Order: sequence, then C-alpha cells, then structure tokens
Amino acid sequence: MEKNRDSFASKALKIVTGNPIVFLLLIAAVIVGCSVDNFFSWANFSNLVSNTAVRFLIALGVSGCLITKGTDLSAGRQVGFAACIAGVLCQRGDYTGRLWKWVPEMNIGLVFIIVIIFGLVWGLVNGLIVTKLHVPPFIATLGTQTIIYGISLVITDAQPIGGFQKIYTQLINGRLGSVKSFHLPYLLFVAVLFGLLFYFIYNSTRHGKYMYAIGGNETAAEVSGVNTTATLIRIYATAGVMYAIAGYLLAAKSGGASASMGQGYELEAIAGCTIGGVSTTGGIGTVPGILVGVLVFELLKIILQFLGVNPYYNYVVQGLVIVLAVSLDIRKYIAKK
Amino acid sequence: MSEYVLEMTGVSKSFPGVKALDNVQLKLRPGKVHALMGENGAGKSTLMKCMFGIYKMDEGQILMDGQPVTISDPMDALTKGIAMVHQELQPIPARTVGENIFLGRYPMKKALGFIPVVDHKKMYADTAELLKKVRMNFDPKQKVGELSVSQMQSVEIAKAVSANCRVLILDEPTSSLTANEVEALFRIIDDLRSENVAIVYISHKMDEILRISDEVTIMRDGKYIGTWDSKQLTTDMIITQMVGREMTNLYPPRSNQPGEVVFEVKDFTSINPRSFRNVSFQLRKGEILGVGGLVGAQRTELMEGLFGIRSHTTGQILYKGKEMNISRPKDAIDQGVAMLTEDRRGSGIMGVLSVADNISISSLNQYLDRGIAINKKKVEALVQDNVRKMNIKTPSSKTAIKSLSGGNQQKVLIGRWLANSPDVFILDEPTRGIDVGAKYEIYCIIADLAKEGKSIIMISSEMSELIGMSDRIMVMCDGRVTGFVNGKDATQENIMAYATQFE
Repeated sequence: MEKNRDSFASKALKIVTGNPIVFLLLIAAVIVGCSVDNFFSWANFSNLVSNTAVRFLIALGVSGCLITKGTDLSAGRQVGFAACIAGVLCQRGDYTGRLWKWVPEMNIGLVFIIVIIFGLVWGLVNGLIVTKLHVPPFIATLGTQTIIYGISLVITDAQPIGGFQKIYTQLINGRLGSVKSFHLPYLLFVAVLFGLLFYFIYNSTRHGKYMYAIGGNETAAEVSGVNTTATLIRIYATAGVMYAIAGYLLAAKSGGASASMGQGYELEAIAGCTIGGVSTTGGIGTVPGILVGVLVFELLKIILQFLGVNPYYNYVVQGLVIVLAVSLDIRKYIAKK
Repeated sequence: MSEYVLEMTGVSKSFPGVKALDNVQLKLRPGKVHALMGENGAGKSTLMKCMFGIYKMDEGQILMDGQPVTISDPMDALTKGIAMVHQELQPIPARTVGENIFLGRYPMKKALGFIPVVDHKKMYADTAELLKKVRMNFDPKQKVGELSVSQMQSVEIAKAVSANCRVLILDEPTSSLTANEVEALFRIIDDLRSENVAIVYISHKMDEILRISDEVTIMRDGKYIGTWDSKQLTTDMIITQMVGREMTNLYPPRSNQPGEVVFEVKDFTSINPRSFRNVSFQLRKGEILGVGGLVGAQRTELMEGLFGIRSHTTGQILYKGKEMNISRPKDAIDQGVAMLTEDRRGSGIMGVLSVADNISISSLNQYLDRGIAINKKKVEALVQDNVRKMNIKTPSSKTAIKSLSGGNQQKVLIGRWLANSPDVFILDEPTRGIDVGAKYEIYCIIADLAKEGKSIIMISSEMSELIGMSDRIMVMCDGRVTGFVNGKDATQENIMAYATQFE
C-alpha cells in the first residue's frame, strides 16, 4: 500500500516534469485569470473551446503523418480550399454577390459531403505521391499545398466570399444553453466526437497499430507483413478529410471564406502535436496528448490577448514556445543514449 | 622507444546485456601486418572501434610509442595517425574522389588575398599523387558513386594514406573483391608495410591471413586468446583457437525427425548480378537446414529474396509441390513462411513500441472483435503465453522493447512469427549479439520447433552453432551454393572448403 502512495507521488511529479510547458502555461493562465477581469468567463471559455475544436481536427489529421515520421504541409491550404468550396456552394440563392450563379442554392448537408470528397481526393493525391512516387512527405506536401492554394485562388477569383445561408452559419455557431451564462458550443461536441473516434482508431484498430509500427520502424513493419503503402495512403487520405471538415466549419464560424484562410494552420497543428508529445522521431503520440498540445497553444494565444500584448509579438512568443517544447521533448530521448 | 607503435591493454567494454570485450590486448609493430581473427561476434570490430574512438572503453588503456594516450573520437584518432577503412564503405557518392579524400580537411587558399576558399587545384593534384601511390589511375574528379567497390576501397585507403597514418585498420577489406582486386590490394599493403605503417587486418579468409600477415591475434567471445607468429600457424590451428570451446552441452539434444520434402527452391537468381544465383535446394518437414558461408556469400540476400524483401529474376519456390508467388513479405507470410531478420534493430524491433505491440503486429487479424476492434485481452494472452513458454524477461507487456536485452528482444521477435503458426521458418543469425545463456534458450526453442514439424532454415556464421544445430548444412560462396554437408559429418574443415570455393 505504501508503495502505491509513493508511486502516485512520483507519478504526479513525472507528469509535471514530463510536460513542463503545459504546467507553466496553466500557472500563467491562473495568474492572468486572477489579475485580469473576464478571463474566467463563459464567453471566453466558449471562444477558447471553439478555436481549439477546429485546430484539434486539423491536428488530428496531421498527427498520423507525424507519427509515421512524415508531415503534411498542405494542411493549412487544404483547410482554405475546403472553406472556399463550402463558401461558394453555401451562398444564399438571392445573394447578389453570388460567385457561381449557375449553381442552385444547395443543401448544406450535400455541400458537407462534396467538401469531404474533395478533401479525400487531396489526401489521396498526397498519399500516392509519398508512397508511389517516393517523394519525401515534406517536399510532396510542399508542392501540393502550392497547387491547392492556386486552385483556391482560381475558384474564388481571389475575392472574399460571403452571403452564406443563415442555416449554415447558425448551425455551426450554435450552442447548448444561454449565451450569457453556461453554454457549450456545438463545435465542442464535434471535437469530442472526432477525439473519441481517433482514440478508438489509434488504440484499437489494425490501422492504428500499423501506423505506430511504421513510425517505430518502417522496415520492420514491412518485413512483419504490414502493407505500409496502403496504411500511409489511408493516413494521408484521412488527414485530407479532417482538413476538409475543419475548413467547412471554419468558413461557417467566420461567416466568410477566402483563399488565404487556413494559412499557417499546418504549422500550428504540427506545433500543437509536438507540444502534446507526438515525437518527431516517429512511433509516439496519443490523442489526449494532441488535445492538450492544441489547447495549450490556443490558451497561450488568449493569455497574450488578455495581457494586451501587441498582436505582432504573439508570433514571436508562439515561435519560442514551439522551439522550447520540441527541444525539451528531444531531451528525453537524447539523455538515454 | 617502445618496439610497438600502438598497444591496447586490459580493454573491456560492455553493452546492455552483453560483455563485448573482456580484458583484451593488442600490440602492433611498425611495418608489420597484424591479423585480428575470431568468429563473428568475437569482438574484433568493437575493439577496433575502441581504438578508432567510435566507442569509449570501459577499462583499459592505449599506448602510442609507449606513451599513454586517450582517443576521444575518430577525428582525434586521425590526427594521432590512426586510420580505418570500414567494412561497409561510407563514401559520399555524389562528390568527387578528391572531395571524398580531403573531406573535412580541404586544402585552403586565400581568394583576393583574404577570402578563404578551397584550393581545388592543389586538392586534385594531391589526389592524383595519392591515387598513384595506391596504384590506381582514375580521374580525381570522377564521382565516387560511379566507381566499383574495389575502387571505392582504394579511395578509402588513399584517404588513410593521405593522413600520413602510422596505423591502418582494414576491416574485412576483401569481402566484396574479386581475386584480381585482392591481388591489387595486397600490393598496396606491401607498399605501406615497407613505409613502416602498422596494419591491422581483419578477415575470415584463412589463406589470405596466412599469406599477408606477420602476426595473428585471435579473439573469442570478447576475450583475448593469444598472439602468434603467422609462420607458426596453420589453418587448422587458427580454427581450433577461434572456436576453441567444448562442443558438448552447448546445444540441446534434438529429437526431430526430418520427413518428406515440403519446401523447394529451384534455380533462384537475384536481379543483382553480384548477388545470389542459380540456387536450388530442398527442405524437409521438421528439418533444420543450416546455411554456412563467409561474410559476403550472399546468404542473407538469398533468404531475403525468398521472403520477398529483395527481388529475383528467375527461379521457383514450391511449397508441397505448389508454386508460391512471393513479391513482398506479406505474400510470404500469408503462405506460411516466417523470417527472423539478421539486423534486429534495423528490420526487427520497433524500438519505441511496447512488447505487446511488437509481438502482435504480424497477427493482428486473429485478435479482432467484430472484425474491427483489437481485443486487448487476446493480445495480452498472446504476450503472457510467450513470456511463459520462452521465459521472456520483461517488466510488463507495456514495456518498450528497446529496453529489453538482446536475447529477450529476439524471443519477442520469434514469438511474433510463431503467432502466425508458420510452416517454414527462416532464421538469419538468430543468436547474433546475444549472450551465452540466452543463446542456449534460443537453441532449445529452435529444436522444439523442428520437433513440432516446422521446417527451419538457419543462417549462421558461427561454425560450432551450424554444426551443433543443423540436420544438414548448405554452404554458399560468392552467391552460389557450393555444397551440402550432413550434420553428422560436418566439420569446420569441410564447411570451410566449400565456403572458400571461389570461382
């Protein structure tokens, strides 16, 4: 029994020392919360949750690529592309600035499916380039992200898109409960749903096990009979679908879309994953970890905002946190050599 | 002045789970070729890596000209006059011969009187000079990737010579050379000898050793056995000293009864002309077929070809008379073939993953609920079953496999394959890098599998293991099967005779 208590204390200590960035930020949040008004408010909570939810979906998508030692730089542009497609198709029928006048006003559920199909296609393209053409993921997705951005510009004619159907924006921005006091945005439920789904896939399916095996040692996985090609294609395709969903939600959340939407989100997602313990050396990463990583990043943004820091400095601080988090993560592995 | 240019004494080095070197010594005289011999895993390469500063010795010291020195890294070794030509050459293929030779110490000049730049003219002139010294006449500006293996090796030697080395380590220099190329290498060695360079020559080839070396040091299981004048030695004496252990009790008694032929390979040839060719053999049910040969005999390549890791041009693989189509490992696995690869770290374990993940990866289809979710209880049962049967020592099934000892990692990998109940089990150096106790346990597992009627192909570079475990031994040399020896009649000599049948 005594041993158990000991191990609990040492476990707790391990969690703190194993995630120094997370705990520093939580402490910072408490300090800011006590000294600045409105930090601990439902509005702020709702804001944090909604922002985190979309970023979490993107991070879930990219996490598979990272765990298999790859990456996906096209994430942000794919989000933007999905937002543009969703935006163009969800415009009101009577909106004068309608971009595609030849398309009838569409059911937003149908648009959701169309957007997902496009995401799947982009993901498959990435997966095929990586596995069949043997282009390293970094370069492959660097190429496709440029292509995708270009297509987004062509579709939108580089114009911002607005005039969405009310049902589209209202549904995505909907919430459970009163606006003033306790309420939960629908996006929270979307995030929870996908979090649970990915947790199941990563922990209890062959696909998940194969993904970790490829990250742990791709040659060994291949020799063990894992179809590494099919697994990697599935991973990039799934990622594409996740970005598409995120883009669809983001357009509605912002009430507008443009080709530049989602720019840089791939870096935020990769940073979130890494802060959450997804190892850059492959084979390691959990869904709860990814959630924490993304949450920490969004929390950091809100803290800086509440502190009234010049928004331009936000980038500097965020960049520092990324470098610091990864260097601390790498130390765990270097120390063992 | 000491009579030795370099002495290593009392050297010990441990890796997790293995004592690789135990109080070893090596003394090198200037102008002499000193052969270092021992079976694979005897610790020769480890000793050389200690001398060259790649590994840090746990105990022991290095003297140069009688003065103690410490060698902290390869750069330090080079400045002290120690150079090494590695068994696996590590050139930069896309750069020129000259750039490879002077890598890290390019001759410099000042452009416009003050900007330091690489002096290419001097570099290529010096390279031409060095190449002449190693009796090679190719263009210093040629890309190294375009050279043959022996030419690359000459470049490496030229590199060593250019550092004005006093000690040159050659690790298996002839393993991938033709007879003519070996002669060329020996002329270079003779030149260096006359320039008073001390040469450490690591090789398995007896005839070469007896021809080129002046002294021979033999190691076994990480221990120093002795040093002899080459003139006093014969092939038999070297082998006896290298193997040198009692054959009794090292291997478990076997009661397997080889039955009918189940697995047959006909005229199997690699797409690589330097690799295996025209290989044919048969394997019986419940038989242990040993595969012997020197390093470079293409045994691993052949087995990887059979398992679909490497490609072949012609040839058939038959299982119970039915042709098997194998183009990748999954095909082989689906048809009842398993293969424990030689490079445990490179293509065996998935280091950061748990024991449970490692053991179940090949057989996940068996643990599914409703065809989707993996039942963790079934996986845990698999782990516990193997832990019990093979005496695997692991703190838990969740432990990362990289923290286990080599022997226990190997048992986990054997368990991975057994979960698929294969009919043919290819084992490539199953006991490499494993300590003696765990070796015996793995021998017992192999013997049991054969008794259960599994057909086993076992590549081994340890003669005694090959003789002690095999019902039959297939010997390869230079990509060809040169002969079969019955387990009962096998001796070091008749295996070695086949293994050295170069064309």
